[in-house]
Amino acid sequence: MLKIANKTFQSRLLLGTGKYPSFEIQKEAVAKSESEILTFAVRRMNIFEESQPNFLEQLDVSKYTLLPNTAGAKTAEEAVRIAKLAKASGLCDMIKVEVIGCDRSLLPDPVETLKASEMLLEEGFIVLPYTSDDVVLARKLEELGVHAIMPGASPIGSGQGILNPLNLSFIIEQSKVPVIIDAGIGSPSDAALAMELGADGVLLNTAVSAANDPVKMAIAMKTAIEAGRMGYEAGRIAKKDYAIASSPTEGMITT
Amino acid sequence: MSIKLNGELVELNDVNTIQQLLAYYKLEDRLVIVEHNRDIILKDQYKEITIKNGDEIELVHFVGGG
Repeated sequence: MLKIANKTFQSRLLLGTGKYPSFEIQKEAVAKSESEILTFAVRRMNIFEESQPNFLEQLDVSKYTLLPNTAGAKTAEEAVRIAKLAKASGLCDMIKVEVIGCDRSLLPDPVETLKASEMLLEEGFIVLPYTSDDVVLARKLEELGVHAIMPGASPIGSGQGILNPLNLSFIIEQSKVPVIIDAGIGSPSDAALAMELGADGVLLNTAVSAANDPVKMAIAMKTAIEAGRMGYEAGRIAKKDYAIASSPTEGMITT
Repeated sequence: MSIKLNGELVELNDVNTIQQLLAYYKLEDRLVIVEHNRDIILKDQYKEITIKNGDEIELVHFVGGG
């Protein structure tokens, strides 16, 4: 069970809602993923054109916990503004702090992320910062009182998987709040590895939405995350340099 | 009266409150969040808050994102 602040979840897969081929596919992918937490972005309405359908308006929001992000913010102040707008919807009190510091890599700005997290905690939000895989930054965020740490596996949407498993392990080892691996996951094996490292959850979007078959990939990710978690709980064997026979070495009929 | 609405300069006549603005753009039944001169306006304030020449208003909503 995943516990963030005072909320508990059966699923350890947090799913993004961007860039699906259609609402129909998206609805089915969301359902099949069995995710309970869905991320969204806050944007201006396109009021000058004919009203366009909105995915959230088609969703039974009572069944999900909404996790809006502050994507688009480049400073702590902008992130706080977006977070407050999101909360004013009356639909959520959680916020994914996302303050991008580099347009090319979309890596987060650590200084502004820390500042935004502090300001949002003071405002009473449940704060989940998206961060780089920096061990010291993760500790400082935790000391502020954030409710989960969300280090990236690799750049957003890159599908490169986990580039620095050692750093993620250090973050997981020291953290007393949930660690959710966010961004860069490309395949089910990436998601399983994140869970085997001891992560409490995985947040992904493009890996599902841009797959050839998003619905099937949603199932694959769900299953991989469950398998990875079970593997972590079961405890993997230690790696050895040489082979150790699985069959008995006594009573062999050949000599 | 002219206001800045979602970053665009627009001319409005017979629109005096946030409530009337939302009605004008047929957004009353939509999931919309209103920001008026950087202040967030909650639903129960829509009828009271009056719009003046030069005001800046943002109408935002949730879209797909990761």
